[in-house]
Amino acid sequence: MKRFPYIPHTEEDIKEMMKVIGINDIKELYKDIPELFDGELNIPESKSEIEVKRELLELSKRTTNLENYAMFRGAGIYKHYVPSAVYQLSTKRNFLTAYTPYQAEVSQGTLQALYEFQTAICEITGMEVANSSMYDGGTAVAEAILMASRVNRKHKALVAKSIHPEYIEVSKTYTESQNIEIELIDYDEKTGKINLEDLKSKIDENTSSVVISYPNFFGIIENIKQIKEILPEKVLLIVNAYPIALGLLEAPGNLGADIVVGEGQSLGNYMSFGGPTFGFFASKQKYIRQMPGRIIGETIDADGKRGFVMVLQTREQHIRRARATSNICSNHALMAVIASVYLSIIGREGLKEIAYQNYQKAHYLAKKLIESEKFDPVFEGEFFNEFVIKPRFDLEVFNKKLLEEKYIGPLNLGKFFEDKKNYALFCSTELNTKEEIDYLISKVGEIDEIDF
Amino acid sequence: MKLIFEKDKSGRTAFSLPKLDVPETKIELEEELLRKKEPSLPQVHELEIVRHYNELERKNHSVDSGFYPLGSCTMKYNPMLNEEMANLFNNIHPYLEEEHIQGALELMYNLQKYLGEITGMDAVTLQPAAGAHGELTGMLIVRKYIEDNGYTNKTKVILPDSAHGTNPASAKMAGFDVVEVKSGPDGRVDLEEFKKVMDDSVAAIMLTNPNTLGLFEKDILEMAKLAHEHNALLYYDGANLNAIMGKVRPGDMGFDIVHLNLHKTFSTPHGMGGPGSGPVGVKEKLKDYLPKPIVDINEEGKYYLNYNIPKSIGRLRTFYGNFSVMVRAYTYILMMGKEGLKFASEMAVLNANYLRKKLEKEFKIAYNEICKHEFIIDGTFLKEYGVKTLDFAKRLLDYGIHPPTIYFPLIVHEAMMIEPTETESKEELDHFIDVMHKILEEAKTNPEILKEAPVNTPVRRLNETVANKQLKLRG
Ligand SMILES: Cc1ncc(COP(=O)(O)O)c(C=O)c1O
Repeated sequence: MKRFPYIPHTEEDIKEMMKVIGINDIKELYKDIPELFDGELNIPESKSEIEVKRELLELSKRTTNLENYAMFRGAGIYKHYVPSAVYQLSTKRNFLTAYTPYQAEVSQGTLQALYEFQTAICEITGMEVANSSMYDGGTAVAEAILMASRVNRKHKALVAKSIHPEYIEVSKTYTESQNIEIELIDYDEKTGKINLEDLKSKIDENTSSVVISYPNFFGIIENIKQIKEILPEKVLLIVNAYPIALGLLEAPGNLGADIVVGEGQSLGNYMSFGGPTFGFFASKQKYIRQMPGRIIGETIDADGKRGFVMVLQTREQHIRRARATSNICSNHALMAVIASVYLSIIGREGLKEIAYQNYQKAHYLAKKLIESEKFDPVFEGEFFNEFVIKPRFDLEVFNKKLLEEKYIGPLNLGKFFEDKKNYALFCSTELNTKEEIDYLISKVGEIDEIDF
Repeated sequence: MKLIFEKDKSGRTAFSLPKLDVPETKIELEEELLRKKEPSLPQVHELEIVRHYNELERKNHSVDSGFYPLGSCTMKYNPMLNEEMANLFNNIHPYLEEEHIQGALELMYNLQKYLGEITGMDAVTLQPAAGAHGELTGMLIVRKYIEDNGYTNKTKVILPDSAHGTNPASAKMAGFDVVEVKSGPDGRVDLEEFKKVMDDSVAAIMLTNPNTLGLFEKDILEMAKLAHEHNALLYYDGANLNAIMGKVRPGDMGFDIVHLNLHKTFSTPHGMGGPGSGPVGVKEKLKDYLPKPIVDINEEGKYYLNYNIPKSIGRLRTFYGNFSVMVRAYTYILMMGKEGLKFASEMAVLNANYLRKKLEKEFKIAYNEICKHEFIIDGTFLKEYGVKTLDFAKRLLDYGIHPPTIYFPLIVHEAMMIEPTETESKEELDHFIDVMHKILEEAKTNPEILKEAPVNTPVRRLNETVANKQLKLRG
């Protein structure tokens, strides 16, 4: 009999157990199943740990590990510094190998960690309540649109064209079948901010929510307050925020946001090829019963001692079934806890300092690039750590050159915008040194301008 | 225990940054958009944080700390190797050029292929982030398919009353009306009842097989035939695939769409409630509806992200799915191989039936016959001693065992759903059997012990009413 490291049964065990059950052959356990598949699966035979490791190492070598690369690309996933303690603490095995806290008394670790996560999210977003995570930023936006519609029973969402293009796609997929219409709002070509006139003209009786990003996909900081002032009282303002920026920018909750969501990857999570990451989700308290997802609350135990449990479960699928606020069951709890550990480590001072450095590095980079006279400015609006400029040369050639030097250049916006081919979306974080930035600028000098 | 926020002391820090090395630019931003008040994140030193999370970790039961027979959730062992392999891919950005992510794409391509083979499906997407997310994906595929075929009258999705709550919720999210079909006295979908609800207005039927009672739907071929005669699609909730790998494939039973839970069957950790991963497989005729992108290979043998899926339902999440969960599942499949996966299923079923047999004398087993990977104790008999299933479960905690799933599926009153999985040894099962009998004895002689339980846990029984009435959702 072949042995497997994760299966403990010896031949003796199997014999004894079959005897207890009263069978002579394992096949008898399957005798009620129609004999439809009788062959062997067309997948490889089992391998040893050494062989599997070799195979995975080989695959990883053919995938560019950015650990030692200078990174100037963001667009939704960011390379920020992850302090050593973050991963070591948050991936402890009693966190990693536990499930949803169905038995609260032996899940206080999970529950308290997620309660602390909710607290931290409320703090940075300026909102009153938060859930314990969504799948990612895109699904958080989509679920926020659905939630707004449950709150005001209206069926049109006005979504800024300047939010992450994939978030718009996700939102369309999520809402179409629920008869919610998505209409896109233009951005101002001059500032890169949402076009307020276009927004005003599209608001009507049926408008449920307005969705903006803060900063937006072009890195530009939207004026939440101005936008909120335009909206009729019943229309909910959904802000998709980049949490690192909230160390510098006013909390959306203080500027009139009704629901604040976002991608949490930059809070101590690795890039992981785009997943798993997690979405955060916060709102005003009065909307709590329409909120999707798991929510943790504080309570007391039989001795009066503080403890934590899942609350408001009557909103959820396992109780409400087809009438639940969402179908979410497994969320991204581990990623949320990673973020919580990260935010505890950096603290309020760290978040402020990181945000400040991101701003400064990106502005230094932008200034130098424009000074090189090889780029034209694109938007006038203020930006945080990401910005769009237009090279006078072929961006792909430049990026190839950079890559040879272990630099990842900007994203070509042509990937998402027909009218923005060869526009560069640059990003800079606390991890970029002045030396790196200066070197990147020196490389610009080596590229010949071309006519388009 | 204090919250980390309550350990705050200004002047402390667990963090450091290099000094800003670029010339400073004045921040030019409308005054109202500048943060006035810092968020109250804690200022603590590193050792404090380390002790804080150590203490939290000690307050969790996990697969690594002890038996966790949580039915329907498949809490099998999560191999150490999986974690190490996943970490190889931490520092990869999703928008790198394709030539720099060939290894990652090859892994995804192979995983798509293996999962297709295991389920008997023709094409697989790895995009969904969890089982329920896979269900939504599948239901949206159904929707697009019926639209394309002009089936304007198809508005309903049928599912059994034993179904997981995510099934009706997902069908509803995709815009369908949900119709529950009753289970018969044998715990299976009642074929006669099924025939009654089956007509041309049905878009899809959602089933898990073996079902949530751990029983195989013996009429599956008949149901599939009926469904297809009415042009309805058959959807397979793969949460229970751990019972049948290499034995029978959903695709061969007549299912058109499946979702899998990599965090169940394929040994990736549940992470306190996620991340999971819920790949979806479909039959050839539905291939063009999958979310985009999908990973493909071209003539030169280069892997690429294929966005050219004309009828695609669209995108279900940003980027390509929970890649590092995929790495774990892939690692597991390579370790186990075809014979290992089949053996895992056999041992999962053997374990469940061994427990069932050993417990049947003293406990009432709902549907007591050969089961698959899980079975259910009907706890109503405990009433006789003045205790409930909940009390029994709480007492298990005192013995260091995570209780089975309780009060699910809804069709068994006072249900206790036991799924040992293949990774538990006979010794561990025997210990569990002993404890079950001991607690039953306690219920008979001193039920107060159960009602008072737990006493050996970090906190005693928690007051849910207070928690829900006086909502306190943040520190
Ligand atoms: C039968 C069944 N279906 C679906 C799901 C949903 O999976 P997930 O929690 O990954 O969304 C689960 C898990 O909870 C399940 O047990």
